[in-house]
Amino acid sequence: MEPVAVVGVGMTDIRKERRTDSFADMIFEAVQKALGDAGMTIDEVDNVITVSNDFFDGRTISSMAIQDACGSYNKNITTVEGDGTFGALFGVMRVLSGSYGTTLVCAHQKGSESESRLITNAMFDPIYERSLGIEAITSSALQARAYMNRYPVSEEQCAMVSVKNHGNAFKNPIAQLPLALTVDDVMASPYISDPIKLLDCCPLSDGASAVIIANVDRAKKITKKPVWVKGLGFCCDAYHLGDRDLSEVASLSQAAKAAYAMAGISDPAKEVDLVELYDAFSYMEPMWLEGLGFCERGEGGELTASGKTAMDGELPVNASGGCLSGNPVMVAGLNRIIECVLQLRGEAGEHQAGKVKTALAHGTNGPCGQSHCVWILGGDK
Amino acid sequence: MGDWRDDQELMVMEGRIKVPYDWAAGTVGSRYLRSLRDDKKFLGTKCPRCNIVYHIPRRNCPDCMEECSEWVELANTGTLVTYTTVRMQHPTLSPLPLPYGYGIIKLEGADTGFLHLLHEFEDSQLLEGATVEAVFREEREARILDVKYFRPLGGVK
Repeated sequence: MEPVAVVGVGMTDIRKERRTDSFADMIFEAVQKALGDAGMTIDEVDNVITVSNDFFDGRTISSMAIQDACGSYNKNITTVEGDGTFGALFGVMRVLSGSYGTTLVCAHQKGSESESRLITNAMFDPIYERSLGIEAITSSALQARAYMNRYPVSEEQCAMVSVKNHGNAFKNPIAQLPLALTVDDVMASPYISDPIKLLDCCPLSDGASAVIIANVDRAKKITKKPVWVKGLGFCCDAYHLGDRDLSEVASLSQAAKAAYAMAGISDPAKEVDLVELYDAFSYMEPMWLEGLGFCERGEGGELTASGKTAMDGELPVNASGGCLSGNPVMVAGLNRIIECVLQLRGEAGEHQAGKVKTALAHGTNGPCGQSHCVWILGGDK
Repeated sequence: MGDWRDDQELMVMEGRIKVPYDWAAGTVGSRYLRSLRDDKKFLGTKCPRCNIVYHIPRRNCPDCMEECSEWVELANTGTLVTYTTVRMQHPTLSPLPLPYGYGIIKLEGADTGFLHLLHEFEDSQLLEGATVEAVFREEREARILDVKYFRPLGGVK
């Protein structure tokens, strides 16, 4: 792949509710921050990708309604309805097409303005599934149960993920929900849908983010601190939950293998310094770590329990606090990429996890991690 | 004078989107739903190349894209692949009173699982591989909820 770099990043802080901001206000803040970070003006942006979800926004073609705030007037604009990692993936492709030197990718989300469980219910099939009342939490509970039945991963080990990530959030000024928890606190929180308890779940969140992606010539002119896209992989599994073995991670493994092959990584546990992954529910962190090849199947819980994934461990995972500490859907994956960029630049502030040379960002789309997108990012080209 | 941003009364527009839809089940889906309504029977479709029986029935095999031309009658009993007990009632989503659950159920004769409700169970009866049976409604309308729910075979022990 031709070298492509992330040259600018911007995030609003993540809040439970942003009554001070409209969707456009949030996007304006994120885009201004990304342009400021890159030292660019909007005139230097060759094309724009906007990422949003119509059902969450309560308007059709929601990605076309924030044009005044992302500076896309008279520019080529395309839209992605999916996690931010996929929006940014498309941004890389636009640059690789050779037609654009730079792409601005922005995403926005307000979990506070609607009924999230009604909206996630609507991702299921209207003929066969929706009337059963299934939604994000209950479907994830089916996956968590299948995973824990198949592999020796316990509810306590998943609780440790929640304790760790909410603890990390104290050091990240943009995180929504830093919490000083014990495993007992998580275990004593009420069950919503077995085995998922209240403190295993991410909160509802408002926020927006933006990244600017550039080809090698433009990147060198724009910034002295480009972060290079070393590898990309993506893969999708079946839509109907009954068609999949929910305890398995085949599509993630495939996405990870493609990303590692592109980045020339043969042993991710040794060669990746930091991971930011999509942990909307605590069980997802060990499960995705297994799929990403950082340990054998069933060893993900032990990886957390051993302390290796702590901020000062061998492989810090979600040093930012992760989605458990703030999950603006759609924006979430873009934030995973941005957090990796900050870590690689050594600019993550209090949650800087030592010297990071290679980082992995991960996002998912669809129920129970139907589709995965894996990014390998590095400071060297 | 202070910053005007600090003393705003913040306005919020309340709304509700209610749009009617008619979702077509298609010829395959219609035959399946009619069979639930008229015969209280589950049907699957079989891929002639992979020999996989899909339930819910699919027009084409998702693996090889062959047309699934053969219909297969399935049992009203099957095994639990995975399950969850719902502990918090949702005012509009919950179709049953607590405690109810969801299961991925592989019906006898099918190679894939499907999602449905679980009810009339003790938690100890929800196990991977447990046999469950369909409970049909008296009044059926060719809907997936013509099956009220699944319960452990023989009910609560």
